[in-house]
Amino acid sequence: MRGTALRFELADEHESFRKVVRDFAEAEIAPQAARWDETGAFPVATVRKMGELGLFGLPFPEDVGGIGGDFTSLCVAIEEIGRVDQSMGITLEAGVGLGINPIFNYGSAEQKERLLPDLLSGNALAGFGLTEAEAGSDAGATKTKAVLDGDEWVINGSKAFITNAGTELTSVVTITARTNENEISSIIVPAGTEGFTVEPAYKKMGWHASDTRGLVFEDCRVPAENLLGTRGRGFHQFLATLDDGRIAIAALALGLAQACLDVSVDYAKTRQAFGRPIGANQGVAFQCADLKVMVDAARMLTYRAAALKDAGRPIKQAAAVAKLYASEAAVSASRIATQIYGGAGFMESSPVARFYRDAKILEIGEGTSEIQRLVISRGLGLPVL
Amino acid sequence: MKIAVCVKQIPDPATPYELDPGTNFVARPDDQVLDDTDRYGVEVGLQLVEEIGEDATLTLVSMSPSGTLQGIRQALAMGADRAIIIDDGSLRGADALTTAKVLAAALKEDGFDLVIAGTESTDGYAGVMPQQLAELLDVPSLSFARKVERDGDKIRVERQTQAGYNVVEASLPALLTVTSGVVEPRYPNFKGIMQAKKKPVETKTCADLGVEPVSQQIIQSVEPIPARQAGEIVEDEGEGYLKIVAKLEEAKVI
Repeated sequence: MRGTALRFELADEHESFRKVVRDFAEAEIAPQAARWDETGAFPVATVRKMGELGLFGLPFPEDVGGIGGDFTSLCVAIEEIGRVDQSMGITLEAGVGLGINPIFNYGSAEQKERLLPDLLSGNALAGFGLTEAEAGSDAGATKTKAVLDGDEWVINGSKAFITNAGTELTSVVTITARTNENEISSIIVPAGTEGFTVEPAYKKMGWHASDTRGLVFEDCRVPAENLLGTRGRGFHQFLATLDDGRIAIAALALGLAQACLDVSVDYAKTRQAFGRPIGANQGVAFQCADLKVMVDAARMLTYRAAALKDAGRPIKQAAAVAKLYASEAAVSASRIATQIYGGAGFMESSPVARFYRDAKILEIGEGTSEIQRLVISRGLGLPVL
Repeated sequence: MKIAVCVKQIPDPATPYELDPGTNFVARPDDQVLDDTDRYGVEVGLQLVEEIGEDATLTLVSMSPSGTLQGIRQALAMGADRAIIIDDGSLRGADALTTAKVLAAALKEDGFDLVIAGTESTDGYAGVMPQQLAELLDVPSLSFARKVERDGDKIRVERQTQAGYNVVEASLPALLTVTSGVVEPRYPNFKGIMQAKKKPVETKTCADLGVEPVSQQIIQSVEPIPARQAGEIVEDEGEGYLKIVAKLEEAKVI
């Protein structure tokens, strides 16, 4: 009997789509990425163009204004955008994974109808306010409070490191807040609501053109119907949201590792030292070989997790494995690429310096490497603390 | 309104072209891409279709070995409705006039109100086929359009000239060629790519169209482009710009 063989290639339409996104990224993003990185300016016009290309609507059905693609196609897009610019890659990843997903998955018909069309077309962005200064990996320690006063929630507290929260496209931020001593709920807060302050953009090590903000809520009032999903289910909601996001972050990390491989091989072939290309030295050639292995492995793990997601199968373990491996591979790859570039790699004028700075956050955001190991080890049946 | 856009599948310009040593014809791999200059014609056609609404259709017409149809699918993914391909081994190495005759036969059979083409292909660069085609179809030819407007059953274009542009108008049916600055071609989105796989592609032979290809053109020999010479360095002693201006005038770029 012939079994079903494992497929190690994406479908034709995914590869055709990869070509389109690569052309788009090379033409619209790559030439400007270094400049955006330097100025830290959020390129609104380019994000809108990503919207016109349908990137924000990729994994959502057409009846809500989506493209009717799948999760794999989103990963392809994030990988290809991330290959030229991690800031725009995370803008897309967070826009879909953290911004749209909770509203799509848990929103009421009215909330979806009101918010999704602009979010899916890239005319608006949503932020996801989960992390607090003292609630990162321990997100259950959220201190922000929301108290129901008549038909309004009154929100007090603050959030930290929130992506896409302060752009001129940002329409709403979904936050988690304690709605009781023992319950966390999600609430949608429209941009510009009185009592909701978006702090100035952080100065970050990397991801300079990605918008990251602190949020402050002081007696901020929103209508009771802005509750997202069931009251008290906020903790469960964001855990599920983060599972999906992990695969997308793996795709972003894969894009960075692939970029490091591409530029390293080019440089090793052309850079001359001691009268020969540096790639003629095994010390350099073998590092390129190691990069290739990392990229291949990260690719397989990422798209395996995406395929499981598209097949409706459990993804918790596969997503954590992909995120952990791909992000650590990206950090290693950026270190290796910078070493191959030598002194030139330490210069901001080289492509690898930006990737070196952009890589580290991949091991931290949307679940640190330690949290991934926790998820994986629990999945192995090891005792829970 | 029935709009037809002539498109060509060509070997990927990113890879060096290979010539068949016996015939000097370009070797055509299975995976050919859409000629980049054709994306402008497709975009102009799509914009007209969108303006007119449901009564308008866009058909691609191409003479090409089908191969994997990659290039045709690119144009279908942008939004074209269907494609007609004339794929016939006897057309290998066809010259511009033969191409025009074959396309004219296909267009007459299928019917059209407006034919859109690029100004020249990126693999052949003859730049005469669209005008030959207009003649064979017996319709006016509006060439080098840098702007296209529809006004009822008329089409009006700004025709690029060396000094500026002419405004040229014709009644439909007509043929127009577009320059690459005319519009910004859209990128296909994922929905378009998925739909492209299901759109109808009809493949025809010369016999189906009742044409007999007789190419008049014989390629005697092919010479490689000479390697680029080193540039000339102009020392600037305050009036270097005058020397640069003189050089540019000599090269007839200004």
